Amino acid sequence: MGSAGLSRLHGLFAVYKPPGLKWKHLRDTVELQLLKGLNAGKPPTPKQRVRFLLGPMEGSEEKELTLTATSVPSLVNHPLVCGPAFTHLKVGMGHRLDTQASGVLVLGVGHGCRLLTDMYDAHLTKVRGSGDSLLLPWSFPGGHQQDSEPILSRYLCTDNYLPFPDHVTREKLDRILAMIQGSHQKALVMYSNLDLKTQEAYEMAVRGLIRPMNKSPMLITGIRCLHFAPPEFLLEVQCMHETQKELRKLVHEIGLELKTTAVCSQVRRTRDGFFTLDSALLRTQWDLRNIQDAIQAAAPQVAAELEKSLGPQLDTKQLPSPGWSWESQGPSSTLGLERGAGH
Amino acid sequence: MALSAQQIPRWFNSAKLRSLINAAQLTKCFTRPGRTLLHGFSAQPQISSDNCFLQWGFKTYKTSSLWNSSESTSSSSQENNSTQSSLLPSMDEQSQKTQKIPSFDSELFLEELDELPPLSPMQPISEEEAIQIIADPPLPPASFTLRDYVDHSETLQKLVLLGVDLSKIEKHTEAANLLLRLDFEKDIKQMLLFLKDVGIKDNQLGAFLTKNHAIFSEDLENLKIRVAYLHSKNFSKADVAQMVTKAPFLLNFSVERLDNRLGFFQKELELSVKKTRDLVVRLPRLLTGSLEPVKENMKVYRLELGFKHNEIQHMITRIPKMLTANKRKLTETFDFVHNVMSIPHHIIVKFPQVFNTRLFKIKERHLFLSYLGRAQYDPAKPNYISLDKLVSIPDEIFCEEIAKASVQDFDKFLKHFRFLCTLKCNIVK
Repeated sequence: MGSAGLSRLHGLFAVYKPPGLKWKHLRDTVELQLLKGLNAGKPPTPKQRVRFLLGPMEGSEEKELTLTATSVPSLVNHPLVCGPAFTHLKVGMGHRLDTQASGVLVLGVGHGCRLLTDMYDAHLTKVRGSGDSLLLPWSFPGGHQQDSEPILSRYLCTDNYLPFPDHVTREKLDRILAMIQGSHQKALVMYSNLDLKTQEAYEMAVRGLIRPMNKSPMLITGIRCLHFAPPEFLLEVQCMHETQKELRKLVHEIGLELKTTAVCSQVRRTRDGFFTLDSALLRTQWDLRNIQDAIQAAAPQVAAELEKSLGPQLDTKQLPSPGWSWESQGPSSTLGLERGAGH
Repeated sequence: MALSAQQIPRWFNSAKLRSLINAAQLTKCFTRPGRTLLHGFSAQPQISSDNCFLQWGFKTYKTSSLWNSSESTSSSSQENNSTQSSLLPSMDEQSQKTQKIPSFDSELFLEELDELPPLSPMQPISEEEAIQIIADPPLPPASFTLRDYVDHSETLQKLVLLGVDLSKIEKHTEAANLLLRLDFEKDIKQMLLFLKDVGIKDNQLGAFLTKNHAIFSEDLENLKIRVAYLHSKNFSKADVAQMVTKAPFLLNFSVERLDNRLGFFQKELELSVKKTRDLVVRLPRLLTGSLEPVKENMKVYRLELGFKHNEIQHMITRIPKMLTANKRKLTETFDFVHNVMSIPHHIIVKFPQVFNTRLFKIKERHLFLSYLGRAQYDPAKPNYISLDKLVSIPDEIFCEEIAKASVQDFDKFLKHFRFLCTLKCNIVK
């Protein structure tokens, strides 16, 4: 394999990160597996070197000496002398996932690392399922951080269990989610640095193409409740520039709005740009063959999406910001709700 | 007594070398070809080669000054004749008796070259003399890799053919220096014959020497004494061979140290002599590794995990690796198996393999089974799944026989449904 394998190893692919695994360990594991696969190929053919040997000439009575050239095998190329052919691979990581979160994680290999920055610039949305948040019927003493599981297991015990409050219903939850989405819509417009009075901005808004092109806090373009079975519920969030901490805080705030407490127990990324769960590789598939196939499979899609997103198409005002380009399309739905009064 | 770098390569005393020419028509430019002369030529007295090396070293090769300095120490103690304190043993001793090739000697030293008249390239020379000019590219006097010397050193070539991984040894500069100076016939061969006597197979010699390259500096007598000691403790020849193969550094330990360690294990584990011996033969790195983790793990099993002493003994005889396992991983695994899967102690004792598998494997498989409703670990109930089947069999067989599902279903579960199950598992019942 060797260099032939290496040439097929440039591009982006998605990996499913299981919960409990640090992202750095994942990256290192993938690199090690790839190197193992690359080094397993057949060793290079041994080099030859030419030596000139002094010896008596054939068929002469005198002791005449002459030089004869012989090709002698050399051990310079031998794998036991040089070591493994590949010792380092450039493997880059897309948007990070913290230890407890799981889901789609985009990695880039070789030249694909360049595409990672392009992907970051494209500001595509990510979909998160914030699964199985718990609505708890009593409130914790004092404020508490959204560290979900460890706290959960410490506080929950059957003797203290209170019946689930009646006032928490699906409609209330939906209403709150709509409020959140509306307020984030407003923030979206603010961070996209568009001058709202222009015609172009109106056209963009109509088509739903407004998005923030610089650093911004987490912005939610869509949120809905997939599954509500008290005390658990499952949220699907479409967002940009998010961090897992902010998502967990979001769940906490939803709980507060419902006049109870909610804890986020698991965060899972189901989609990152155009990489979905289906194309993500599981732990058993982190080897050379599968990764090469995944890169090949994703390559046309990656090229198409990045070209669409980063190609200059709309004639809008471009604000001076180094290295960032306008994105011209992307999925998002707009809801025109204004945020109601907070509590 | 270890062979120190000062006790120099014994080829210095060989008579052949005296006739080797110090092809010392070298001045500052060391690409000048050396010249062989067929008659004996008195070797030039060598000026202290310390500054020679410094000059060489700084010219082109600034790396690996260790080799440079060790070279100079070695040469400082040489005798008068040993002008050719080459970095390589005279590889061509056998092959080139007729031809004196100081090629690799020639470029190593700057001499005070007043004795010989300088050769001018314009001087006409006869055909015969012309043929005998050797103009090989010079070998670097110092290098960070053994690759530069492997073609010129028979020792290194034979070691590579044996299977020794030079790329790993060259990271240890003292060992690499030593290997370059040793002569295959005299030193290394004896060691290899000894190792074969101990019982190491030919195809394992390479791996052994790669790990334990320091064995060349050990005294053969001491090694024989240690092997005799092990025999005296009723380790059979095959046992000793297996132990030495698995733990290459075993023979570097003195008899006292080995004795202490064997005694420690006997006292700590309170097993019979025969069982201790079996344990050590199965996992000889217990003798070569540190004893602290073992002590700590014994306490963990007893106090933190709550196993009784006879249970611990049983588990350890089945899986000796448990003695050196990572404490954090042990506690995490036990926590999951005992608290989440609700498996009591006496069943865990029957299947200690759970401590040897990765936690994520146990978690994934258990969650899959509980999602399917097949997580039954109580031997009394029907559809019982034993723990060793849970952890030890490969994925495909596990999916088909135990879970009665396909591998694709397992993958789908891991991606889509697994996170739904974690909550229920985390609630303390």
